[in-house]
Amino acid sequence: MRKNKKNTAGSRLLLILRYAPAVTAACLAAGPVVFLITGSLMGRGELGEHLAPVLFGTEGFVTWRLLPMYPTLQNIVELLCDSPEFFHMFWNTMKLTAGILLGQLLCGMPAAWGLARYSFRGCRLVYGLYILLMLMPFQVLMLPEYQVLEKLSINNTLWAVILPGAFSTFPVFLMYRFFAEVPEEVLEAARIDGAGEGRVFLYIGLPLGRTGIVSALLLQFLECFGMIEQPLAFLKDKRLFPLALYLPEIGAERAGFAFAASLVALAVPLLLFFAGSEYLEQGIAASGVSQTPVKGIGKGAEDESFLL
Amino acid sequence: MKKKYAGMVFILPHLAGVLLFLFVPFLDVARRSFVRAAGGFAGLLNYGEVLRNEAFRLAAGNTFRFTAVCLPLLMLLSLLLALTVCGIGSGKAALKNCFLIPMAIPAACVALLWQLLFDNHGMVNGLLTVFGIEPVSWMSTGASFYVLVGSYLWKNAGYVTVLWMAALDGIPGEVYEAARMDGAGRAASLVFITLPCIRPAAFTIGVISFLNTFKVFREAYLVAGSYPQERIYLISHLFNNWFLSLSVDKMAAGAVLLSVVTGAAIAALQRAWED
Repeated sequence: MRKNKKNTAGSRLLLILRYAPAVTAACLAAGPVVFLITGSLMGRGELGEHLAPVLFGTEGFVTWRLLPMYPTLQNIVELLCDSPEFFHMFWNTMKLTAGILLGQLLCGMPAAWGLARYSFRGCRLVYGLYILLMLMPFQVLMLPEYQVLEKLSINNTLWAVILPGAFSTFPVFLMYRFFAEVPEEVLEAARIDGAGEGRVFLYIGLPLGRTGIVSALLLQFLECFGMIEQPLAFLKDKRLFPLALYLPEIGAERAGFAFAASLVALAVPLLLFFAGSEYLEQGIAASGVSQTPVKGIGKGAEDESFLL
Repeated sequence: MKKKYAGMVFILPHLAGVLLFLFVPFLDVARRSFVRAAGGFAGLLNYGEVLRNEAFRLAAGNTFRFTAVCLPLLMLLSLLLALTVCGIGSGKAALKNCFLIPMAIPAACVALLWQLLFDNHGMVNGLLTVFGIEPVSWMSTGASFYVLVGSYLWKNAGYVTVLWMAALDGIPGEVYEAARMDGAGRAASLVFITLPCIRPAAFTIGVISFLNTFKVFREAYLVAGSYPQERIYLISHLFNNWFLSLSVDKMAAGAVLLSVVTGAAIAALQRAWED
């Protein structure tokens, strides 16, 4: 970080002390990315040297360096030009993710709007049900989902992962939070001008709730891309496996290839992450913290948590 | 009136999916938990079988211990981090971005790193020997528990820090200003302003962190497989193994038990927070 303010030695030290924990944490968080990049750029010989204690059981310990001694694109080239199975799994992951996001967009988004903007019989009940399902870990829903997929005989197809995922309730909840912020007067004005409910949603709700929609989709993308539990449970055929189940099978013997594969797999979510980090941050904030600013102490602690 | 039905129309497709794929099947499993797969009413027999099951006891105990260690640790560490970051001027946005990176890294991509770090001949042991400490066999002893704790903290600390920072940002500066006028020091401001103001957020953050403890299965499974070291055999492993062996009776009862425990834990947390 910028520490080049003209200050006395003492206050400079103080500044460093202030930044130290945060910078350390940031380095720890980003460390694996650097590790994967370095590993991908190392040739077979250099990797073998570093990893020998794990690979061949030689004496000593695995060592590492920040920059490769003899950087090479050999691994990346091998991965991109000569590994059809990698791309096959990559496309599986993309299909799963795209299917789930599409479902969220087509069904989840209108549902969030309906819950946020209309009151009808049973709307509290539906909201409660959604929150409840959002809070259930996958392990609770594993057998129920499996049984219904079995009845529809779509187990062991990509649909088995896509369909339950497309109806997960967390993104609805997140979009709900942002849709609820849209001022009612704007909608009323549009209605007076003769817009139907569908138009109000498309031309006012969507643009004004954009942040919520993007952040919900982004969070869902990151979640889907690394999904392990669902494909593990519902897919048997290895040709249907997503990247997340394929990568660990590469094994340390092909370390260079494993590094390159992990790096390429990481690149997609990471690029999206940086492109949408602003949305992501707002989405995260909305999922945990009430949007209404705290008004004062005592009264300020009004509980806006999602369980109420 | 048209408007009255519009809400329902918006919700209907999604609600139908939720009912079909999640809720109704769950109710059916709840019903099945009182029935034998072979046929016939079982009463609480399945539940008794689950509760007496040794693997279940091991997994439940481990999961409980894991949660009891991780949850307070995560929340405290990230709150401290959030407080330090909120105090600094420039570079906040960049730091926040870095903190969130672990969210974008799929578990499968770090599994390799975890292996190289915690192997008997791995980097962590290498580092330990530099300081003259005996190497630890991380993955085949109880130490694996701490590997998992570390992995959970790494994955979630940044996310939770950003949540805390959002809560801290919600406290208006004038409140602190007024307190300073009245002679409150920094410690007093922290205890009497900051902490009470972030209490509601603490509840939601607690719930989110709790639910994320189940996701640590990803790293554990990828590094150590279906049957890891005894200390890190969690409920998620157990369910996965029951699922593979098609123990429907046990799974049905287990799913209902887990949902009840999860619900009760969250309700208890909320109750504790309200008074």
